[in-house]
Amino acid sequence: MSNEEDIKQKLIEKFNYMDNAVTIKRERRIFADVAIGHFTEVFDYLVRQAGFISLCAITGMDEGNNTFAVIYHISNFGGAVFSLRTRIPRENPTVKTITGYFASADIYERELMDLLGIKVDGLNEGRRYPLPDNWPQGQYPLRKEWKREAKNA
Amino acid sequence: MGYNHRGIEKACEEKTYIQGLYLIERVCGICSHAHSTCFVQAVEEIAGLEVPRRAKYIRTIIGEMERVNSHLLWLGVAGHEIGFDTLLMYTWRDREIVMDLLALVTGNRVNYGINTIGGVRRDIEPEQIKAIVKGMDKLEERTKYYIDLARKESTMLERLSNVGKLSKEDAIRLSTVGPTGRASGVDRDTRRDDPYAAYDEIKFNVITDDHCDVYGRTLVRLKELMESYNIVRQGLKQLPEGPITVKAPRKIPAGEALGRYEAPRGEDVHYVKSNGTEMPDRVKIRAPTLANVQAVAHMLEDGYLADLPIVIAAIDPCFSCTDRMIQLKNPLTRTKKTVAWEDLRLKGIEWYAKKGVDFSRLNRKLENCLG
Repeated sequence: MSNEEDIKQKLIEKFNYMDNAVTIKRERRIFADVAIGHFTEVFDYLVRQAGFISLCAITGMDEGNNTFAVIYHISNFGGAVFSLRTRIPRENPTVKTITGYFASADIYERELMDLLGIKVDGLNEGRRYPLPDNWPQGQYPLRKEWKREAKNA
Repeated sequence: MGYNHRGIEKACEEKTYIQGLYLIERVCGICSHAHSTCFVQAVEEIAGLEVPRRAKYIRTIIGEMERVNSHLLWLGVAGHEIGFDTLLMYTWRDREIVMDLLALVTGNRVNYGINTIGGVRRDIEPEQIKAIVKGMDKLEERTKYYIDLARKESTMLERLSNVGKLSKEDAIRLSTVGPTGRASGVDRDTRRDDPYAAYDEIKFNVITDDHCDVYGRTLVRLKELMESYNIVRQGLKQLPEGPITVKAPRKIPAGEALGRYEAPRGEDVHYVKSNGTEMPDRVKIRAPTLANVQAVAHMLEDGYLADLPIVIAAIDPCFSCTDRMIQLKNPLTRTKKTVAWEDLRLKGIEWYAKKGVDFSRLNRKLENCLG
């Protein structure tokens, strides 16, 4: 059994609702979907017990159908990356901060806030990033309907 | 932190994959090949393209020459930040060798434009191989001299040692990447741990160091230069025959992939999601500086203001900014105060005046000169 397969099986053993939610795309690339309600326990397990101790990035995206996806890319020391995706509704897009696990998550979470208008519960107040200070309120450029012209309108 | 958000990720969603590739090459002026390779690898993975071996070798060779370009540039900047400008002049003169070679092979000194989806756009000719080998030998000789310098020259030893400390635990905790992490003993390198291009067929050492300071970061980059020369020579020697591209479709089937690349500054990450059209649904770029910049605040704790430039420079940062503002935090009262550039200048004059150094005559002279 390959290393990736081993990681997948252990995860499913621990959380049986993850059955059918984990995909090994290729060597060293694991993708999985998790409901927002289960996110914290699965993420906690991956970081604290499964060895994914580095944060590569957090990707936020507008998937259409009134859904946003947030993907947490975390890596281990064996060269593998686990991409854990959770979906949140557009009308109340909220995730919990993971700065308790990774202090460096701060900057990626601010990107979610600035570029997609996702709320991050528990994130310290701070200066906005990465958009300029004079960026208009309520304009989130990575939302699909946002067009460049809108900013100056 | 100063920044200039260019909206490249959004722009990628409005362009075809090939147009996006040229835009992504311009995320960074130095790590241009790093970003374009990272991106095409993700796209090729989604499209299920088998890139020819010769193309993988050419990507590796250009990638290592880019690292040589970048590390020599860094060494010069580091020299400048510690007032050792002779080192800047020397290294930037030597850097011309590799930049000329890159221009010879790709047509450009920066933004090489060698990658395309499915392979590379230009082959390496036998005469070019001879020129590159000659250049690498020359640069290897120069780098040996710089390593010797770093071990003996008191300017470097004293100015770089115990500056910008970052323990191994903190380097891991803060998810630092590249030479910044490796100089704190973190034994990670995407080229070895998650091999791409031709790295699984090439022998090289991952350089680590346990100084955990700016001096360690200097040694790691210097020794990585020596490894890069070897990788380039091996790549040229083992260069397989065959085509340099496979035909790529204009429309990329729906899917997602995560590309990783060991850029000169550390791990570069690109996430690409496609939707079956000729334009991507989402491109996420995490450049290595973003991973390292947050460790800088930690490195500066309990340090001297005068060390600030070299500590920041030591992660080899890549951002267009000069913020002339300082925030003072009083740890006892937990209050914050902002000091503007002008106040800082006046404070400096006052501080020297108390020590009996008076700049006022000099300042008046200067003002007269400037009219």
